[in-house]
Amino acid sequence: MTRAIPLEAVLVVAAALFCIGLFGALSRRNLIGVLMGIELMLNSANINLVAFWRYLEPRFITGPTFAIFVITVAAAEAAVGLAMIIAIYRSWNTVNADSVDSLKG
Amino acid sequence: MDLLIQIIFGLLSALVIGAAMMVVTVRNVIHAALWLIASFFGVAALYLLLEAEFIAVVQVLVYVGAISILILFAIMLTRSNEGDRLLTKYWWASALIALGLFGVAFLPTFTGTTWNMPQPTGPAGTPEVLSGVEELGRGFVSEFVLHFEIAGVLLTVALIGAIVIAFEERSRRRRVLTLAEELELRKRRQAAESVD
Repeated sequence: MTRAIPLEAVLVVAAALFCIGLFGALSRRNLIGVLMGIELMLNSANINLVAFWRYLEPRFITGPTFAIFVITVAAAEAAVGLAMIIAIYRSWNTVNADSVDSLKG
Repeated sequence: MDLLIQIIFGLLSALVIGAAMMVVTVRNVIHAALWLIASFFGVAALYLLLEAEFIAVVQVLVYVGAISILILFAIMLTRSNEGDRLLTKYWWASALIALGLFGVAFLPTFTGTTWNMPQPTGPAGTPEVLSGVEELGRGFVSEFVLHFEIAGVLLTVALIGAIVIAFEERSRRRRVLTLAEELELRKRRQAAESVD
């Protein structure tokens, strides 16, 4: 694997995934779409962690450990974020990000 | 053998990137969630290709099994009437930001960065299948025990917080309409509009 594919190729895939996720998180109107973009970004960070572990320091297990912690935090974030979206839907009756603007001056 | 791995890597990255593009561009939110699941599967296969088998299994269990189901439930609980626009007003600005960030990350990756990579020294450089799992478990109870405990506390707090935020008192709860009632309501609304 490390012979066949250069590290840069994996990094470019992760960077593309991160940028697509960033675009989704910034520009989707649906709040659930925003959350999906954030999940994509977390995934790309995980790809980078695993790739650097595999290519640069395959003897130390720190990379996968950190990736598992990132997955844990992503699960917690998804649960709380979706609960907040459901609470917003109850009081505003909408899930569009730009309709929830009662703090707007 | 190398060529085969390269072909598989190319197909997998095309799947991951293409599915992610569909997630941010497709109109129907449920379709977006299904494309997100496809993207998660592609990432899990990439982990397998990178010889991180345990992370691949965790990815399938947590992301494909839990998070995407949570997202699908949230979509079905918030029956959204999105309106005519899919993206916000300034979506071109965020597209510019994303493209610029990709350029900033892309160029230095290929020009002028030496990755300080250890020379591949035959079998010593390639770990055995599932060789890291034992070390991983050992690390969780020795070196990373504090982080492990904090992650447990974080998960508990997130669980309680999610329940508290999404909890609805019985007196305020309204009945969810069935699909037939919803159609009836929509028909009545359309009839009222056509009268106006």
